[in-house]
Amino acid sequence: MNSSVMGIINLQYQENAVQELSKNRSVASVPFAGRYRLIDFAVSSMVNSGINHVGVLLPNKPRSILDHLRSGKDWDLALRHNGLFYLPAVEDPSGAHEGDLRSFYHNLDFFEHSKQKYVLITTGNFIYNIDFDKMLRFHQNTNADITAVYTIAAEEMDGDSIVLETAENGLVEDIAMKPVTYEDSKVSLGIMLTEKSTFVDMVRVAFEHGGSDFLLDGIVRRMGEYTIYGYRHEGYAAQINSVPSYYKASMDALRPEIWEELFLSKNAIYTKIKDGVPVQYKDTAKVKNSLIANGCLVRGEVENSILFRGVNVGEGVKIKNSIIMQKCDIEDNSIVENVICDKNVTITPDKWLKGAPNYPLIISKNVVI
Amino acid sequence: MAKTEFLAMILAGGQGSRLGALTKKIAKPAVPFGGKYRIIDFPLSNCANSGIDKVGVLTQYRPLELHNYLGTGSAWDLDKKDGGVFILPPYAREKGADWYRGTADAIYQNLNFIDLMDPDYVLVLSGDHIYTMDYSWMLEDHKRNHAEATIGVIEVPWEEAPRFGIMNTDPDGRINEFEEKPAKPKSNLASMGIYIFNADFLKRYLEEDAKDEMSSHDFGKNIIPKMLEDKARLYSYAFDGYWKDVGTIESLWQANMDLLQEEPPFMLDDPDWAVYSSNPSLPPHYVGPDAEIKRSMISEGSMILGNVEHSVIFQGVKIGKGAVVRDSVVMPFTHIGENAVIDHAIVAQNCEIDDNAKVVGSEGAITVVPEGENVTAAVASDKQVG
Repeated sequence: MNSSVMGIINLQYQENAVQELSKNRSVASVPFAGRYRLIDFAVSSMVNSGINHVGVLLPNKPRSILDHLRSGKDWDLALRHNGLFYLPAVEDPSGAHEGDLRSFYHNLDFFEHSKQKYVLITTGNFIYNIDFDKMLRFHQNTNADITAVYTIAAEEMDGDSIVLETAENGLVEDIAMKPVTYEDSKVSLGIMLTEKSTFVDMVRVAFEHGGSDFLLDGIVRRMGEYTIYGYRHEGYAAQINSVPSYYKASMDALRPEIWEELFLSKNAIYTKIKDGVPVQYKDTAKVKNSLIANGCLVRGEVENSILFRGVNVGEGVKIKNSIIMQKCDIEDNSIVENVICDKNVTITPDKWLKGAPNYPLIISKNVVI
Repeated sequence: MAKTEFLAMILAGGQGSRLGALTKKIAKPAVPFGGKYRIIDFPLSNCANSGIDKVGVLTQYRPLELHNYLGTGSAWDLDKKDGGVFILPPYAREKGADWYRGTADAIYQNLNFIDLMDPDYVLVLSGDHIYTMDYSWMLEDHKRNHAEATIGVIEVPWEEAPRFGIMNTDPDGRINEFEEKPAKPKSNLASMGIYIFNADFLKRYLEEDAKDEMSSHDFGKNIIPKMLEDKARLYSYAFDGYWKDVGTIESLWQANMDLLQEEPPFMLDDPDWAVYSSNPSLPPHYVGPDAEIKRSMISEGSMILGNVEHSVIFQGVKIGKGAVVRDSVVMPFTHIGENAVIDHAIVAQNCEIDDNAKVVGSEGAITVVPEGENVTAAVASDKQVG
């Protein structure tokens, strides 16, 4: 595949989806599974599929993403030719337009100057490890204008998903935005593949006709003009668009088969490299069914939980069903259950924090309790 | 190339024959240590943290894995435009090719590299010690003493002194005598194998030594004694931190166990003096519902379903249900089957320890499973040591 496809990661899509965790960051830089950021899954899948020309359409709060991706070196994208490119967000001077289409439109130069024949567009808020090479072959075989990736929903859910209706042969007959999703619905993974010329034309026409949203104005409203095929991803996938979906996907990562599928297949998920010592377990440590990242020091009990890098778990501490992000300090004898601690939270000794099983308590960044 | 003040040369060619099975396939400096590191991370990180940005690494014995590990040096921030890590294997000249015949010969054969870097001072290090040390302080001492050479020394217990190269010094630290493994040591200051030389001074002695056919071309045996004989200004620099020669199985095992103390003798994650290492792309490790882990270090990508007690577990290790790993070191990507027992052992990389197999050593007789070995339940019982 490699040289014929360029990747675009659209970080303006659902940028503020997880309000509680994305006050100061876009959803794509929400930490996940102990050491990653959500965007790592899209970038790594691209790189592992041989795509080495990746544009990141920056969100309105780009700092954490820029700090994370930097030169792209950790994904082997710091290249002389091709590599990682940042496409700045462009705001409408009048504020009349909202949506990502304006930013795409003003960055069309980048697409036109790129040599690749195809564009693969993803978002930054899904968890998956996909081989896009197979998808390209599918796309070429069907002769589609657009190929969209979907997964089969395992359960009924409300929400911000996009659902595809397809014919027997995979031809997409309808795209519904934000419907209720039923078990067996074909839920979009926010990934589409098209020829670059088609994409450029789509953006130009939609924007010049007053559109503002790439998906809605560029595709859904002009569906009749394109042949769209659905491509099923059979592996694990999760969309992060709310606190419950984040919490659920995190707990999914504790299932060894999902942890192995996502992270230990031959296609690794890459992330910004940080040096951390192996986890130090002391005599009083008691850890069950958990993911523990390097740099942690564990003296207490941890169960069904995820500890990010550099977390300190004091003596007599009990952490259960929780997600504790990097550099949190849970001091002696505190009890933490159904909680998400954002980065750098300190819980002083003898505290008791408890959220609901279906809606965890969220402690914001840098808070001392 | 711009003038360099301080150039480091790491001697990383040693076979490490005393590490036996662990160095069958890799050079000693590439031997894994401390859950995610390799021995050479220590001198390299010390260089990076001491502000030395030009480091020559002299390789020879089984260099492939070491070269691969060093890469561009980016893990230690040593991928510089005008410096960084330089890998220096032996190479052929007009008159033929030579292996490095000794530590001094290795540096001698790279004098053209030193000329190219044009340093004022050359730091010579060995790639087989675990310690964290700021070489810039040693250099300051060297300058203050107007020394021609400064040798890092450490106090060792008197009873162990006969195993080391011992420095006898004047009260001001000037070295007046050097004794290699003295039966009756006059001091307990052992050479750490860390030398700073004025570049021209070093060059002179190396060139002279190269002509001497009787010499074994070794710093400790030939160069330093010759310098002392000439009454050159040699000073000692006393180091009082943790320093461990990990040249034997027992010492390598012990140094790993040292990290598990309630208060480890040195910090691998000192915010001011981090030990850097090439980081694999692996997820946080997974601890299963029936696992028990006490007083251990465990690294990324591992899956722990059994019991781990007082052990160092490297990245990508799988420990099956009911398995017991005690007082042991398990190196990267080794799989330990269900109900297997690993006790007082070092299990090298990529081993398969079958279900119910036993690898049991004892203190003073650590069992080693060499890289890539498959230990079956039947074979293992024959292999028991102790």
